Amino acid sequence: MEKWECDVCGYIYDPAEGDSSAGIEPGTSFEDLPEDWVCPDCGVGKEDFTKLD
Amino acid sequence: MEPVLLKEGIYWVGAIDWDMQYFHGPVYKTHRGTTYNSYLIVDEKVTLVDAVYAPFAGEMVERIRKIIDPARIDYIVVNHLETDHTGALPEVMKLAPKAKIFCTARCKAGLEKHYYGNWDYEVVKTGSELALGRRTLSFIEAPMLHWPDSMFTYVQEDALLMPNDAFGQHLASAFRFDDEVETDLIMEEASRYYANILYPLSKLVLKKLDEVAGLGIPISMIAPSHGVIWRKNPGRIIEAYRRWASGEWLPRAVVVYDTMWGSTAAMARSIIEGLAAEKVDARLVKISIRDLNHIFTELLEARLLVVGSPTVNRSHLSVLSPFLDELTGLKPVNRLGAAFGSYGWSRGAVKAMEGKLEAAGLTLAGEGLELLWVPDEAGLESCREWGRVLARKVKEQG
Ligand SMILES: [Fe+2]
Ligand SMILES: [Fe+2]
Repeated sequence: MEKWECDVCGYIYDPAEGDSSAGIEPGTSFEDLPEDWVCPDCGVGKEDFTKLD
Repeated sequence: MEPVLLKEGIYWVGAIDWDMQYFHGPVYKTHRGTTYNSYLIVDEKVTLVDAVYAPFAGEMVERIRKIIDPARIDYIVVNHLETDHTGALPEVMKLAPKAKIFCTARCKAGLEKHYYGNWDYEVVKTGSELALGRRTLSFIEAPMLHWPDSMFTYVQEDALLMPNDAFGQHLASAFRFDDEVETDLIMEEASRYYANILYPLSKLVLKKLDEVAGLGIPISMIAPSHGVIWRKNPGRIIEAYRRWASGEWLPRAVVVYDTMWGSTAAMARSIIEGLAAEKVDARLVKISIRDLNHIFTELLEARLLVVGSPTVNRSHLSVLSPFLDELTGLKPVNRLGAAFGSYGWSRGAVKAMEGKLEAAGLTLAGEGLELLWVPDEAGLESCREWGRVLARKVKEQG
């Protein structure tokens, strides 16, 4: 599963870790994050993330 | 100065800082001071929207006192936790210890790490409402405009938007409203503010403008946290933000340079002549005598950035480095770049500067121009010609 980076602040969403601050279990792909999930560091939405290759 | 009435029962109770010269530490030079705008809404519940920078706490409290005993404040809306708007909070909380603070979750977390007060908070989100009696406030979260915690407050019955730092200007003035101060001056300071604070966040600005437009709410007045209040023409600043955020440009070029013994300066002046001959509004900036804030404001609507430096130690003068570094962080969109300079034995400045322009996302408009030692008339003519060629690129659409 790919990592995604926040365009605004540089936070990297790693599916292997999930996002405990929002109750996201490890193993959750970026695509499977709820639509209202936001960057835990700066608060912008999923549409402001770019897939890392 | 007395409190100033915005709408019936709604007052400006902020402070004017005529002396502020540097904002955000040494980085951001403010040329005309600033104001810290806080607003008091007197309804069944008395509400303070934002506070001021700590040294001005007494001034704000005195203004509030001319309207009402500060102990009667029930609610405090904190749109943004940065210290220029919250420094006076501990003082207000001393006078009104039971006041409840309304802010975003990120703002609360930040306030707790700034002031460590045992304060009563209520976290709000986009769509949350707060009834004050005759009036109702609603809130719009605005993450990264310009901090994670930022939000806008809207007074429904008065169609009054209080967007904190958005739409502001660092402009100290004896007057509070856009119709009382020269428009050109306000817009110059608004553009300086945008260029230096919001430019890298332009994508978010556009989305937020669309979101607010999509709410279909009337906006009769915009009361930001710095500078004048948009009373006569709130549409003017909304329209300007849309233009700046979408990266629109004018046929304008900015030549940013520095020089050792004058050769690169002579080149720069001839390049300006060439650009101007083709009717491009060309502006010359010697970097060592200007602050970055000035340069980024000049660049806001310019299509072309030309950088010039002689070669020293196989690269450009280090005085250009802070500018080129910061340019990368600003992420300019849809902009052209070019580089020039004089050299003695080895070259390197132009290539180094071109690399940094490209790294910042600019498209090179043409080959760089390098001249050996001191330019003669033929050399200066080649600079003019180079300027003319660049000018034609500037005017091409794309
Ligand atoms: Fe701020
Ligand atoms: Fe501010």
